[in-house]
Amino acid sequence: MMLAAALRKEILLQWRTRSQMMAVFVFGAASLLLFSFAVGPNAEMLRTFSAGFLWLGLLLSSTLTLSESFHSEMENRALEGLLLLPSDPRALYYGKAIANWLQLTILGCALVPVMVVLYDAGTTQLLKLLLIILLGTAGLSAPGTLYAAMTAQVRAKQTLLPLLLFPLIVPALLASVKATSLVILGDPMQQSRSWIALLGAFDLIYWSLCGLLYGRVVEE
Amino acid sequence: MNDVAIDVERLARRYGRRWALSDITFHVPPATVMMVAGRNGAGKSTLFRVLSTAIRPDAGKASIGGFDVVRHREDVRKLTAMLSHQNYLYDSLTAKENLQVAADHLGLRRNGVGALLEQVALNSRADDPVSTFSAGMRKRLSFARILLQEPRVVLLDEPYGALDPPGFDLVDRVIRDLKSRGTTILMATHNWERSSKLSDMALVLEAGRVVWQGAAGEVMEHEVKG
Repeated sequence: MMLAAALRKEILLQWRTRSQMMAVFVFGAASLLLFSFAVGPNAEMLRTFSAGFLWLGLLLSSTLTLSESFHSEMENRALEGLLLLPSDPRALYYGKAIANWLQLTILGCALVPVMVVLYDAGTTQLLKLLLIILLGTAGLSAPGTLYAAMTAQVRAKQTLLPLLLFPLIVPALLASVKATSLVILGDPMQQSRSWIALLGAFDLIYWSLCGLLYGRVVEE
Repeated sequence: MNDVAIDVERLARRYGRRWALSDITFHVPPATVMMVAGRNGAGKSTLFRVLSTAIRPDAGKASIGGFDVVRHREDVRKLTAMLSHQNYLYDSLTAKENLQVAADHLGLRRNGVGALLEQVALNSRADDPVSTFSAGMRKRLSFARILLQEPRVVLLDEPYGALDPPGFDLVDRVIRDLKSRGTTILMATHNWERSSKLSDMALVLEAGRVVWQGAAGEVMEHEVKG
């Protein structure tokens, strides 16, 4: 009930600031374009590194999305207002984390065609790729939402958020890159399953732990 | 039935090395209106934030309806509503949506929202985003949010701030209405004359300490002497 209320609020807030989503997509697409310049006109190398570039682009864009998701909560201390109603901090956390997850999934799916065009890295296993994007973005949004809450009230939040977040999500990022790479380049040994399982396991840990810690982060 | 009193005993709170509140002791009986007066920086807002459980005290005790503000945070929050300087509103949402969000989180039906907006004279702007509202209109909407909660204790931090004369009358009306329903009200204000007419008791803070407390009718004499 409380989770539904929190999620409804988050989706409404995201809809009202949807122009931000477009800006984040353009940022992600620009990152992918810049990565291709770094490698040069070597089609084989571009294809080989395409999965890593996709996830790096998504990771960089995610810091903007996650940080922005707390902007409206802080401008009039709206989050404090909800906590004082009272609202369950865990419901508020999961509402925001799920909304961020949805947003990052949409962003990830939108960046795939950009990757295909820039790196010639297409695949027919679209459902598997969607599953990897879903699990990978879940791994970004759960700790990302927690750290965005922690850094929302500090001045250097745009710098601090990536500094805190990036080391923590390395395992999930690695598993996402490996699984995506196998989907794009071929998977004769069926290794992608183990990477997907590993990603799922990390997601489970992130989503359970971060939900428990959120109350301590937002309450004094 | 309303028997919720506020008890504060030797309460203290500091920010860094500076004590914003020290040795604050007072009692507000149930269904009473107490005004809290004092200059800017006297500690009024800090006191209200401690009582609302937004921040914790560094020493002393405070309880609302017998529930300690530190140990029984959830119970205190269920009883209390606060009008803060920060209006707790989402700028990108409309007035109606802001109240609907609060109603959803309180587990209330949304159909009472329209009547509340009418009560604070914002029904004609119900579908406008809060970002287009003046400070006074935001305050009115915050009042509607408080009324939605149907609290037994109300903490009003500068309720007259940013309001126009009709807004003043609205605040007076709301306070009288809440009082008639037995709500205990603590009101921080610079508008001594107006507030003292609505209040039963008064408390004057200076540099984080209580310098005077007594009947609200006598507070104007204190101001004149001070």
